[in-house]
Amino acid sequence: MSILVNRETRLLVQGVTGREGEFHSTAMLEYGTNIVAGVTPGKGGQSALGGKVPVFDTVADAVEQTGANASCIFVPAAFAPDAMLEAADGGLPLVICITEGVPALDMLRVYHVLKGKGVRLIGPNCPGLTSVDEAKVGIIPGNIHTRGPVGLVSRSGTLTYEVVQAMTDAGIGQTTTVGVGGDPIIGTSFIDVLDMFNQDSETEAIVMIGEIGGEEEEKAAAFCAREVRKPMAAFIAGRTAPPGRRMGHAGAIISGGAGTAESKRAALEEAGIRVADSPSHIPQLLRDAGVR
Amino acid sequence: MKLQEYRSKEILARHGVPLLAGMTATTPEQARAAAADIGGPVVVKAQVLVGGRGKAGGVKLAATPDEAEDRARQIIGLDIKGTTVKTVLIAPAADIAHEYYLGLILDRASKAIVVIASAEGGVEIEETAKTNPEAILRLAVHPLIGLQEHEVRRIAFFLGIPADLRRDFAVVLRGLYAAFVESDADLAEINPLVVTDDGQLLALDAKIVLDDSALPRHADLEAMRDLNEEEPSEIAAREAGISFIKLDGTIGCMVNGAGLAMTTMDLVKLAGGEPANFLDIGGGAKAERVAAAFKIILDDPNVKAILINIFGGITRGDEVARGIVEARSQLTRDVPMVVRIVGTNSEEAKPILAEAQLITADSLDDAAAKAVAAARGAA
Repeated sequence: MSILVNRETRLLVQGVTGREGEFHSTAMLEYGTNIVAGVTPGKGGQSALGGKVPVFDTVADAVEQTGANASCIFVPAAFAPDAMLEAADGGLPLVICITEGVPALDMLRVYHVLKGKGVRLIGPNCPGLTSVDEAKVGIIPGNIHTRGPVGLVSRSGTLTYEVVQAMTDAGIGQTTTVGVGGDPIIGTSFIDVLDMFNQDSETEAIVMIGEIGGEEEEKAAAFCAREVRKPMAAFIAGRTAPPGRRMGHAGAIISGGAGTAESKRAALEEAGIRVADSPSHIPQLLRDAGVR
Repeated sequence: MKLQEYRSKEILARHGVPLLAGMTATTPEQARAAAADIGGPVVVKAQVLVGGRGKAGGVKLAATPDEAEDRARQIIGLDIKGTTVKTVLIAPAADIAHEYYLGLILDRASKAIVVIASAEGGVEIEETAKTNPEAILRLAVHPLIGLQEHEVRRIAFFLGIPADLRRDFAVVLRGLYAAFVESDADLAEINPLVVTDDGQLLALDAKIVLDDSALPRHADLEAMRDLNEEEPSEIAAREAGISFIKLDGTIGCMVNGAGLAMTTMDLVKLAGGEPANFLDIGGGAKAERVAAAFKIILDDPNVKAILINIFGGITRGDEVARGIVEARSQLTRDVPMVVRIVGTNSEEAKPILAEAQLITADSLDDAAAKAVAAARGAA
């Protein structure tokens, strides 16, 4: 099995005719993702991606006519909160927002509305997710994966690719890789994804890639100590980050002495999770933990 | 983006928070004139974004305009934790009967705007949290419905606000909340909020930190940015659309992606070196972006070597390699460069880098070690 997306996923892309949306949707199609619809207000009735995908004016129309069951959002930051709300209103149970730079107060409101409707939101400011050989949603390069027993969850983009590539090079494959996003307010937490991997029968081991800022990694460590019996390995970025500065990601900031890499590493190690000094050490830590 | 005290007070005043605004001055003579204008004793306060300015001698009382001029002369030009004071705020002095702390933060854990209140004002809230955590009330306001009457009451009772001032306290808290929401803040605090000897509730100091992601829709707030307190290289980077933070080391870093950029810095340190910066060049790594990044990194005279780490997922490695070679050919200052390009078309990138005689590396660990060695060789 995999988590969140698979061959049954019928994906709708909001912003499919934009530069980013078109580029990445093409890569998703090539990977084998079943994109059933695109939404661009004012371009309803046209088609996108070389005529392969019908475009609708509204999410509601797209869902009604294509049976879409997930949305991937590529619209600019100023319009992304509205796009997430429209996806939820359209009845989609899963929304993945790639967009970076969404104002945090907008996200607070979107978060609570989507939660109230029972919608699973991933992101924003995330690379998306890939269930290997089944469906890729977002911008993670497809060719770095190989199918195998390890689930991966991360707050980062290219750092995730780095770790996935290192695992693939070492012959360790993945079930699903999930980027939850680098913003302070995100829809899905480490714990949510760890719980899914923990319950997924095919996922035998879990890799978690964290970074400075917030307390998500510390909470995840406590959750793992309590609930997860599968082997784990982790990496935390930002040991050299100065306090009080946002390190690129809006959420990556050490404030008031909290959210340091050392605190996160200590919490993970206390929970019995092996923490790598370099992303390249992750495959060996997985082997040490018993991953074949 | 952090706002100076006098800017934060401007915003709070607009939302009805009672305070003694005062006037800013950039010369001792202006300070004197401001004090004369205000009349009576004043406080001369350094306008800097770093904390601890009081202990550093950046806040002084003055009884007369003469004294205000003298105090301003001492404070303007003062170095407070690396920032040279350019502006002082001259504000009427208040006789304080009691001090409170009142703040709002965007709380990522509870996904709410959280009110933080303490009857121990005038000290940093982190300090109170350590020494006397029971003295702090944290109350999460639901962002869909906003601050409720019962929440305002609870905070007033917790703080022990005198009965005749509870109505005024509600004005303060509602004003602070409105300022927070309407300016898209991450943090807005009044510390101290005071009751004066004559029974007035006043915000004596204020601090607002804005959400950078929301600044594009607040041109008026963007205009409050204090360029005096930013590294010139960081200003140049922002204008070029590059995420950059200057540090004190010798190895310049150019990376695509924030998490990978932090990791690259960490591995430089692990290899025995010190990173000179955080730099996320963003997606695409286009030639003009690479050129701008080179310039920003090399403007720092401490930089002895550059480590370029690009994970070509969407970005094609050979295009990045050509961009690096082209941008490098136009540099006026050159240092050893270690380039690691992996992912899409990384094999095609290798001959391009080799021909330009750049040091290459396959793994990030190897790249970091080579960059540290190159910086030592150049030092």
